[in-house]
Amino acid sequence: MIKIINLKKAFGPKQVLDGVNLEIEKGKITVIIGRSGEGKSVLLKHIIGLLKPDEGKILLDGQDITAMSERDFSEVLKRFGMLFQGAALFDSMSVAGNVGFALKEHTDMNDEDILKIVREKLNRVGLANVEDMMPADLSGGMKKRVGLARAIVMDPEIVLFDEPTTGLDPIMSDSIADLVLDTQRALKTTYILITHDIPFTYKIADKIAMLHEGRIIEEGTVEEMKANQNPILRQFLEGRAEGPIKVY
Amino acid sequence: MKAYLESLGKSSEQFIDGMGKMAIMLFKAMMYAFAPPIKLRNIFKQMEFVGVQSLFVVILTGSFTGMVLALQSYNALKRFGAESLVGPTVALSMARELGPVLTGLMVTGRAGSAMATELGTMRVTEQIDALFTMAVNPIKYLVVPRILAGICMFPLLTIITDFVGVIGGYFVGVKLLGINPGIYIGRTIDFVQVDDIFTGITKSIVFGLITTLVASYNGFYTSGGAEGVGRAATSSVVMASVLILVSDYLMSSFMA
Repeated sequence: MIKIINLKKAFGPKQVLDGVNLEIEKGKITVIIGRSGEGKSVLLKHIIGLLKPDEGKILLDGQDITAMSERDFSEVLKRFGMLFQGAALFDSMSVAGNVGFALKEHTDMNDEDILKIVREKLNRVGLANVEDMMPADLSGGMKKRVGLARAIVMDPEIVLFDEPTTGLDPIMSDSIADLVLDTQRALKTTYILITHDIPFTYKIADKIAMLHEGRIIEEGTVEEMKANQNPILRQFLEGRAEGPIKVY
Repeated sequence: MKAYLESLGKSSEQFIDGMGKMAIMLFKAMMYAFAPPIKLRNIFKQMEFVGVQSLFVVILTGSFTGMVLALQSYNALKRFGAESLVGPTVALSMARELGPVLTGLMVTGRAGSAMATELGTMRVTEQIDALFTMAVNPIKYLVVPRILAGICMFPLLTIITDFVGVIGGYFVGVKLLGINPGIYIGRTIDFVQVDDIFTGITKSIVFGLITTLVASYNGFYTSGGAEGVGRAATSSVVMASVLILVSDYLMSSFMA
């Protein structure tokens, strides 16, 4: 469904993406892992159009989305949802305002119908009676849940997650993993996640891809990755300081 | 010497880059301003923020400026026996220069810095990126209402500043310094032309554009976390204030 071909991006002298090639299957959960600063977020931002590549293509159903006009890409964006690392909730709006924002902007629905959908999505992420709360009053885990409800409110085909468990305790991380699985299985949506949380990855991934030095060095199912003997992958999955990846 | 030239070159490059980005932002804002859907609610919200919430500060500034102007001009004009010109002096100064400039500077300090801070915080917390990912154009949603609010509300605030300045001047001139009220009002009407008021209003439209564009630009392109947000607020106030004073001189020389 999504095919990333030879994607390259440099910021000044630093080559962050150096020819990324990756296929993301429709209706599956693909997790991109890698060390902090390896360009995972940069890759995600290219998929959703927040950054333009120096070279390479991203094909969505065969169409190169990096070469689209602003207007055409705006239509493509309606097929996407995104959960940001800090949830990126609009702090001037209530939870209901945040979750229902895209419906208000892109549909002719009245406030009552929007609120109905907002409640349904909040229920799906395990939240009730929080519609009138402001983002500042929510805990980290609740913010992520509201962020996910906002990301899926338009029933997108593809949802991107930028480090969904960063800053959460292990129990909350596990509950986010359950939530990711529940919502994905229920909606049959394509989920693309970036993380360096290995237990979380093992629990949810249909496919894992490891980004290292600007390239995807290994990819496969959880079992394939566990059996893979690439020393770089092994060091990362086992969380060892010693190995071919230098600590800096 | 080489390091100095390099730093000079880098600063010039950043300045030109900034001006270019600001011009592109203005161009895009002008295009999106007339493209449907037009969300009046966002525009009114910004008008309330820029206009209504600045009322107190401009009334205070305008009235005390008119009062001190009357006091100072009275002391100067008395030496020539021309106390009757205090009224026109206050009214002309307020209408042509002080009304629009002081309104511009005060609203820049209050609303411009707040705008840059709000947009800057939205940028560093990825709220602007979130808007984009929801297929909502951030410039149309965030920048256009602010610029339109500035263009609409600065002239209204300037008229209020002019009015309270003249009232303040009248109070000091007539009630405190004993100028004949008939002479004060008559001379003011004789000397002040409608063109003088329009000159000030024209300037205020430009100042409204400068303040909101500069604040939006600095906020929108903030980087560097909390420190970056603080820098954006400071730069927007300094940059907008300098541009207001420079453009005031240029417009005054053309509209003299």
